[in-house]
Amino acid sequence: MPQLSMRDAINQALHQEMERDSRVIVLGEDVSGGAGGTSGEREASGGIFGVTKGLLPRFGAGRVIDTPISESAIIGAAAGAALAGLRPVAELMFADFVGVCMDQIYNQVAKFRYMFGGKSTCPLVIRMAMGAGMNMGAQHSQAIYGLLTAIPGLKVVVPSNARDAKGLLIEAIRDDDPVVFFEHKALYPRKAEVPQEPYRVRFGEASLVREGSDATVVAIGRMVVFAEKALDALARDGISCDLIDPRSTSPLDEETILESLDSTGRLVVVDESPPRCSVAADIAALAATRGFSSLRAPVMQITAPHTPVPFSPALERAYVPGPQRIEAAVRQLVGTTR
Amino acid sequence: MQLDQARLLEIYRRMQTIREFEERLHVEIATGEIPGFTHLYAGQEAVAVGVCAELTDEDYIVSTHRGHGHCIAKGCDVPGMMLEIYGRRGGLCKGKGGSMHIADFDKGMLGANAIVGGGPPLAVGAAIACQLRRAGGGAGRVSVAFGGDGSCNQGTVFEAMNLAVVLGVPAIFVFENNGYSEHTGADYAVGSKDITARSAAFGMPAERVDGSDFFAVHAAMQRALTRARSGGGPSTIEAMTTRFYGHFEGDPQNYRAKGEVEQQRATMDCLKRFRAAVTAGGCITAAELATIDREVHEQIDAAVRAARAAPMPSEADLTSDVYISY
Repeated sequence: MPQLSMRDAINQALHQEMERDSRVIVLGEDVSGGAGGTSGEREASGGIFGVTKGLLPRFGAGRVIDTPISESAIIGAAAGAALAGLRPVAELMFADFVGVCMDQIYNQVAKFRYMFGGKSTCPLVIRMAMGAGMNMGAQHSQAIYGLLTAIPGLKVVVPSNARDAKGLLIEAIRDDDPVVFFEHKALYPRKAEVPQEPYRVRFGEASLVREGSDATVVAIGRMVVFAEKALDALARDGISCDLIDPRSTSPLDEETILESLDSTGRLVVVDESPPRCSVAADIAALAATRGFSSLRAPVMQITAPHTPVPFSPALERAYVPGPQRIEAAVRQLVGTTR
Repeated sequence: MQLDQARLLEIYRRMQTIREFEERLHVEIATGEIPGFTHLYAGQEAVAVGVCAELTDEDYIVSTHRGHGHCIAKGCDVPGMMLEIYGRRGGLCKGKGGSMHIADFDKGMLGANAIVGGGPPLAVGAAIACQLRRAGGGAGRVSVAFGGDGSCNQGTVFEAMNLAVVLGVPAIFVFENNGYSEHTGADYAVGSKDITARSAAFGMPAERVDGSDFFAVHAAMQRALTRARSGGGPSTIEAMTTRFYGHFEGDPQNYRAKGEVEQQRATMDCLKRFRAAVTAGGCITAAELATIDREVHEQIDAAVRAARAAPMPSEADLTSDVYISY
């Protein structure tokens, strides 16, 4: 099976879905780049991370739309196009830019189907690059999937690997509800085996990445990669854990988490966002309510601190939850309650 | 306004400091030692310095992701900027901000901004403060919003411009039109292709100037400043300029014609033009400018060496400067 980076897997999903369905369009800043440039090269960029490369030459400027730097108009126009029967994939270059267009997302897009009594669908995908680890500073590094997970009417997806990313994006494009699709910048170059043919990964179906008996580790996005490293280290000392990647935070696969918790009795949640009102807090609440009788120890949340993302590498390293913190948390939990 | 010899030399020093700072960063970034994402200002020096030359520390500016030039023009501490860009603890923002978030409130520099269009509403707010203080008998201070051609397409900027006109506040919107919104040409992204006319349509005086001519920028700013300081309300200046580097360092710039930058360096270099203008007048010699070049080179070199040797923040700094309950 071919090895593809997450960047190329997402790119392949976009190509395949645009090929399959002429209603699928892509719009955003520099999705092709070069419009109005002096080189005459019409695909001068292919997206700042190269994710949309090749779409313009294949599908043309009618379906691959470079926009001005106008996030409210990008999301609003994509939503309007969705209401009018297209299936747009809008790109916000950095997830942090969601702040510029939040009204279009949470007052408009998220509410249409319910507010209009089920008369409308808004089959819109909003892709955005997120996450810390590249020293891009406070306004280009946030992991804000928790904020959007809190909004009724949106589906929220956070892939941790190339294979899932492709299937989840295809599912997102085919879904009739608006889907926010978070791509961790640090995961773009990471490769995995990705089937060539189109396939769907269903929302609300977690992936059981590892199986074990001592604790349940639930990790989101890039944190899955770090949790695997931690679990490798723990395995050398005979500690084994279930590792669950929810893949979508809304809907959330509660059953897989609860079933695992029932067998291990211990839960560690790893989330790159700050702790308040976070996905980590949400999953901890799930354990405290529906999983209470399974718990043999307090739930541990491994999160970023309640601060903006710092620029300095020295500070950013301390900000991002890493394998060592996950490993230490599991050791503490298992050691004190064995 | 006539600028005497001492002022001209000071202005040259500022412009050359920006150029040297950015050219040196270009070299240092290639070594991989500078973290993150850096957008260089080289090529646009006459705009920052022309706009800031007659501002005081009590006047405000808000800046952009391409903000190093604005910082230096407004008088921010250059070694402190270098430390910040290297992510060091002694940086102007303790290493927490980085290249895109340099601020120096003692100098009226309210912060660079990594959100395109994030700054202009803030500038209007600062202009409200200036207006209130003036009404209370204070001096007529102003607030300047720097933005690129890309920012002129953001709703936040439209709202800020309209609010400034509605309130008649001393805000000056400076659009540095370097021809590119990231990797897309301004001719494509600005539908009307005319930022000046669009600004004027909000109901304020707006003029387009040659942004590689310091004296043209300075004169336009004088007109805007005179209005703003005397209660005449906001203005817009669109400065036609160019950037000598990519959107960010590492940008392959496939959207630019081959040789474009070289040609612009030959014909649109604001420093070359300034040198030619002031030495032609006879009041300044090439040797005086060369002395400044040497001093600036040494200053930036010292700033780089100091930044390399300076300590990183400590882990305790991660949770300071923010309300945090756990």
